[in-house]
Amino acid sequence: MTSAAQKTNNDVVSGTNSDDEQQYLTFIMAGEEYGVDILAVQEIRGWEATTVVPNSPEYIKGVINLRGTIVPIMDLRSRFNLERVEYSPVTVVIILKVETERGERVMGIVVDAVSDVHSISDSDTRNSPELIEDLNTEFIRSLVSVDDNMIILLDVQRLLTIDKKILNIADELAADKE
Amino acid sequence: MSIDLSQFHQVFFEESFEGLDIMESSLLALDLSEVDAETINTIFRAAHSIKGGAGTFGFMQVSGFTHVVETLLDEIRGGDRVIEQDHVDLFLLCVDCLRGLMTDLQAGSEPDMAQADELKVKFEAILAGEAIATEGSNEDSVETSATTLENITNSNDDDIKGWKVEFIPCEDVLCTGNEPYRMFRELQDLAEAEGGSVEVIPHLERLPEFSKMHPEMCYLSWTILVRAGIELSDIEEIFEWVVDDCDIRYQRLADDNLSAVESHLAPEAIEDVNEEVIAEETVAEETVAEESISNADISGEQKIDQVTEKLAQVVAAKAKTESPKAVVKATNKTAENTSIRVSIDKIDGLINMVGELVITQSMLGQLGQEFDMDRVQRLQEGLGQLEQNTRELQESVMKIRMLPISFAFSRFPRLVRDLSKQLDKEVDLVMIGENTELDKTVMEKIGDPLVHLVRNSLDHGLENAEERTANGKSSNGTITLNAFHHGGNIVIEVKDDGAGLNKERIRKKAIEKGLVGEDEILSDAQIHDLIFQAGFSTAEVVSDVSGRGVGMDVVRRNIAELNGSIEVTSKAGEGSTFSIRLPLTLAILDGQLVKVGEEVYIFPLVSIVESIQLEKSMLNNITGNQFVMQLRNDYIPILCLQDIFNTGAEKKDLEGAMLVVVEGDNEKVGIVVDELLGQQQVVIKSLEQNYQKVDSISGATILGDGTVALIVDVSGLNNKPLEKNSDDQTQAA
Repeated sequence: MTSAAQKTNNDVVSGTNSDDEQQYLTFIMAGEEYGVDILAVQEIRGWEATTVVPNSPEYIKGVINLRGTIVPIMDLRSRFNLERVEYSPVTVVIILKVETERGERVMGIVVDAVSDVHSISDSDTRNSPELIEDLNTEFIRSLVSVDDNMIILLDVQRLLTIDKKILNIADELAADKE
Repeated sequence: MSIDLSQFHQVFFEESFEGLDIMESSLLALDLSEVDAETINTIFRAAHSIKGGAGTFGFMQVSGFTHVVETLLDEIRGGDRVIEQDHVDLFLLCVDCLRGLMTDLQAGSEPDMAQADELKVKFEAILAGEAIATEGSNEDSVETSATTLENITNSNDDDIKGWKVEFIPCEDVLCTGNEPYRMFRELQDLAEAEGGSVEVIPHLERLPEFSKMHPEMCYLSWTILVRAGIELSDIEEIFEWVVDDCDIRYQRLADDNLSAVESHLAPEAIEDVNEEVIAEETVAEETVAEESISNADISGEQKIDQVTEKLAQVVAAKAKTESPKAVVKATNKTAENTSIRVSIDKIDGLINMVGELVITQSMLGQLGQEFDMDRVQRLQEGLGQLEQNTRELQESVMKIRMLPISFAFSRFPRLVRDLSKQLDKEVDLVMIGENTELDKTVMEKIGDPLVHLVRNSLDHGLENAEERTANGKSSNGTITLNAFHHGGNIVIEVKDDGAGLNKERIRKKAIEKGLVGEDEILSDAQIHDLIFQAGFSTAEVVSDVSGRGVGMDVVRRNIAELNGSIEVTSKAGEGSTFSIRLPLTLAILDGQLVKVGEEVYIFPLVSIVESIQLEKSMLNNITGNQFVMQLRNDYIPILCLQDIFNTGAEKKDLEGAMLVVVEGDNEKVGIVVDELLGQQQVVIKSLEQNYQKVDSISGATILGDGTVALIVDVSGLNNKPLEKNSDDQTQAA
């Protein structure tokens, strides 16, 4: 990861308002800063207890009632195989919304803390190095540097379409470990 | 100012589909011996609005086609023409065709005009036929006939380019010693003498099934194009011997229209041939494949080339036949997003209800502002009123989704009519309880199983007329569709007065397929139940109507998906009755709340048989971890949700635990719960929308405190231990 950061350590001119700029909401997880397209963010909530879903992968913490809709909550640390931490009052849930073939899909992700909103131009982003062949890299759209800090931009669409196929892979991996 | 018309497309399609339904039902209701002018008007109006709408939105294919249909209808309406059975059949085909076009357009794909063009030609032929008789008294028909082939007769009298002869011999033409081939040869000689040519196009429509074919009968008819300047009398001479018992029509060919005739005729002819070719080739496919293996090394490359060529043809032919299916599949997807029409009464009722709710709310609001303990009584009253309002509101909102079952029944008169014709059976269809209301989603999903049941009853259930009269029944079979409410369910019955299920044959077949043991004693109900097994068909002849044994199991599965059940009762010689039992709605369910560990789960109340406290004496341990208990005469397995759901919650001692006995798919299971909570109506929410389907869970709901509780799918639970066991076995092996 650090090598990737050095590669893409170009200075980004922030604050300009050209047309291809997009705003990203960034959050912190295990010391790294991640970003998601701000248009996909529906709201930010505090952590609340969930209803456990049977036979769900470990990273699905369960479902909550979000004003009448059933919304699954995903622990992003667990999804990215990061060390687990106890949930605290500052633990936040970012509710993301994407359009898929089957209609709108809403899901919450648990992260350590929300950080900032950045305007990032598409031309400043760099592809993540393809060295790391992992399920997790599938969710990474690109890398970008803002004020010398690397931000990992996530592909929300992919993150939320945890279809059966991916789940099966995850299950198989889990079974192999056993 | 330009308006985006596409926003109205959906409305147009819906109205058009409704119009088509009206056309269809009116056509079916039409009594030819006594034609009701109003019915004709209804059909005409429906066609007219479809044409108008299609024109407005630029669907020229539809409006052009509908125009021809409308022209004929107009003539019938105006009394210029008497409607005949042929016309009705043709109109029905048009309804189907228009429906197809419209579905294509709705899906955004280019409509397939082949059928429409074919029908158009037929219509124009009818219209033109009339135009000749009335000497062009009708402006409209003359105008449309300008493009038809029949009008050829009207043009170019002096310039003879040839003749089109339609030769439809009677079936026993060969017995009278007349050989059509000889006549064609004579025609050819005649034409060639004049430097012309003869083209013979055979028509195979009258060909019966091979088993019914009589070797000495002639089932073919021909269209002969004689391209030579010969006199009509010369041709007539050739057919002189057969003219009395055969149908022969002569038409003059004009030069310009020669190609037109060909192209009009070609699709029909090609289609006929194609059918044969495809059938042959699919049969040939296997032999070709075998050939290629056995002959490859003997006859070398040349042979292989031939074979691959043949195979390519087969593949191409197959692709041709399969592509329409793909289109249909694609359209199904988009069609699901439909709207619903609600009667104004229901809306008014809803508005009243909301009004009351607002009053109650303001009353409670006022109470809350200056509250003291003296007013507790009034608060409770207010809350009671609120509860009642809410329930009424909920019920009337649910009613909006309810439609009379006639929406699902409406397709059956047509289906029965077509099928009984095809099967050559006389069938009356009786429909009872068409106004019984049913949830729209349920209605959409029950359509196909119902069609299947009706087809089955028609094909297998009812005997043909001779058999019926021989058994002392009326020659007309009767199929009854009956819908009624029963408790919280709707029951739909498909009943026939046919031969009934043949128990012996079912039993024999079941033994053959290894579904039951040879000396197993089965009750009638058990035998009847066998027909719902996969791959089970007792029909001796597989027809395209039914008999492939795919079906009844699918019907049962589809109905089970709707939380319903299906049973069959049958009496030999008197007929069979299929009863489908469905919940009125999929959106609300009476549930029993239970607590397991930290989680609250909901069991559908209908699935609960009883709840008991376990005692040690009831418990039996089989195969280590699996417990069963004796409940009266049954041994039922005991399951822990913690195990099935892998929630990791701690398990309590079985002894003294609370057990809920549930039944799904006719299997009972005991489920250990920590605590029985209350019973309440719950609104079913989808888990799939934002997550995915979860095994053994049918949905989620939101409890009074705002938390989510999952609804257990009882029939899913039943299959669970079995799957687990088989997994274990495979691992062990």
